[in-house]
Amino acid sequence: MANQPIITVKNLVKNYGDFQAVKGISFEVYEGEIFGLLGPNGAGKTTTLEVIETLREKTSGEIIVDGFNIETDADNIKQRIGVQLQAAGYYPNLNLSELIVLFSGLYGINKTPMEMLEKVALTDKAKAKYKDLSGGQKQRFSIATTLINNPRIIFLDEPTTGLDPQARRNLWDLIREIRDAGTTVVITTHYMDEAEVLCDRVAFVDGGHIIGIDTPDHFIDQLVATGFEREKQTKGANLEDVFINLTGKEWREN
Amino acid sequence: MQYSNTRATLAIAKASFRSIIRSPSAVVFSLAFPLIFILVFANIGGGGMSIDVGVAKGCDTLNPVYQALKKNPIVHFIKDQTTDEMNKNLAKGSIDAIIDLKPFVPITPLNVNVQYSKASESKGAILKSALNNIFYRMQSTQLEKIQSYSGIKLSNVVNLKETTVTGREYKYIDFILPGQLGFSLLSSGVFGTAFVFISLRLTMVIKRFFATPVKKYSIVLGEALARIVFSLLGALFIIMVGHFAFGFTLIHGFITVLNMLVLAAIGLIIFMGFGFTISGIAKNESTVPPLSNIITLPQFLLSGTFFSVTAFPTWLQYVSNALPLTHLNNAMRKVAFEGAGLGDVTHQLFILLIWGIAVYAVAVKTFKWE
Repeated sequence: MANQPIITVKNLVKNYGDFQAVKGISFEVYEGEIFGLLGPNGAGKTTTLEVIETLREKTSGEIIVDGFNIETDADNIKQRIGVQLQAAGYYPNLNLSELIVLFSGLYGINKTPMEMLEKVALTDKAKAKYKDLSGGQKQRFSIATTLINNPRIIFLDEPTTGLDPQARRNLWDLIREIRDAGTTVVITTHYMDEAEVLCDRVAFVDGGHIIGIDTPDHFIDQLVATGFEREKQTKGANLEDVFINLTGKEWREN
Repeated sequence: MQYSNTRATLAIAKASFRSIIRSPSAVVFSLAFPLIFILVFANIGGGGMSIDVGVAKGCDTLNPVYQALKKNPIVHFIKDQTTDEMNKNLAKGSIDAIIDLKPFVPITPLNVNVQYSKASESKGAILKSALNNIFYRMQSTQLEKIQSYSGIKLSNVVNLKETTVTGREYKYIDFILPGQLGFSLLSSGVFGTAFVFISLRLTMVIKRFFATPVKKYSIVLGEALARIVFSLLGALFIIMVGHFAFGFTLIHGFITVLNMLVLAAIGLIIFMGFGFTISGIAKNESTVPPLSNIITLPQFLLSGTFFSVTAFPTWLQYVSNALPLTHLNNAMRKVAFEGAGLGDVTHQLFILLIWGIAVYAVAVKTFKWE
């Protein structure tokens, strides 16, 4: 795989007053991969994402997104990225179709609501209000809004937090489909099992620094090579496998 | 494809308009409240004055004074209460006077007993002058009779000449409707705008918008457009109901309506400035109502919504005349009842313009996007 960088971050620093949230981080995201930003709460993941998404001013550093500099070409970048924010709501009193129409207008793109809802299997909820959706449906709808402008890259901030195992697996499938259709995905998550199966590469962020970037496989192999052993030997399955096995794979809508 | 700010603005306006018409509070405040007030006040209107006069037991109702009082439209006789109840109600002021007339015996003076109440002095005074008027006419008749016997001519003390000029009847609806319209615009502009922007900010709808190529001014303009269209449709509805159901005067018909809608739009834009300011100051949704009330309540009471500003003591009139709603109401009344054009209300428009500049200067400083 020719690793063509689509996002390049160099020495990014972000201060909030006296507090330094991001302390000079550098990394690259390759075109067509699912890239995971992992780390504890307050590590600077969301801040980093929001600077790349042009939603926040950086303090210093240089960021190029799909060939455009965030400082000079924010408008061009906005047109080629899709953004799903952690805990963002949608315009009140509108149904899903109307929200898609709104976003089509905001992006200046002609997309029919059904076309977008079909991509995330929500056509039967076209007339429903966002607030009446289940957790998994909400996240899928958010992802639909990120895809309206045929983005080159989408950013998903903790999309699976609070979802049940079925909804989570369902969302992984959706994210893989999006990647397979040629869109680069940048995702943050607290779930390492998720990053392990979903991400092509991951970066660990802690205290405003990046402390490692590699494929999940390499990270695990490296750790094992140091002689690390789990206290409890893993069995051929875990409790989540049991849960899925007992309750079935099909996704619960409500 | 070239990105279109107009298209984005209209997309927001359309979404916002849909959201407004589906929000019960917007519809209730902008339409239901003004209509209820109009309904109530239009029906108790018609001068609005009524004097409740208790008729004492044994009072002679064939008496000429009684008959004369009965013809007076503002006098309302109360006969179905006991003497005890009447006395109590008089003391409370819920009856304004009690009248007791003895049967008319020719040649002897008429016995008239009237009890007034400290609790209702002003209405008592009106009854007193009505009674005096009746006595004067009775005495005049007596005097004429005496003169016709004696042949001594007395010159008149007063030569009374009463004329009534013909004019349009100024109905209470002509006063109350512009006031209600103004207040509807005020609450929609202040409450509506403040609530929408603080909730869009807190639920990060605006932040999500910023991740699209939309410009900030498109968001403000789109929201403002939706609110103006909604409020003008509401104003049109109120004017139509007022005109066709309550006889609200529209001197030049359609042109008058058009002028009123232009005034409504100007007023609304200024009131929205208060809304923007409040959305920036308020920490969360629950601090919006108290802050909005600080803006709307004084104007509700002091800007001539229900009663004319001239009814206030002079010092309070200065306060009233400083408020923007007072001038919007005055301009509306001039346009609707006197048939003034926008060029005739430049004084009001000028004061509104000053308010507009001041309010938006503050709004720009306090408004928060996130």
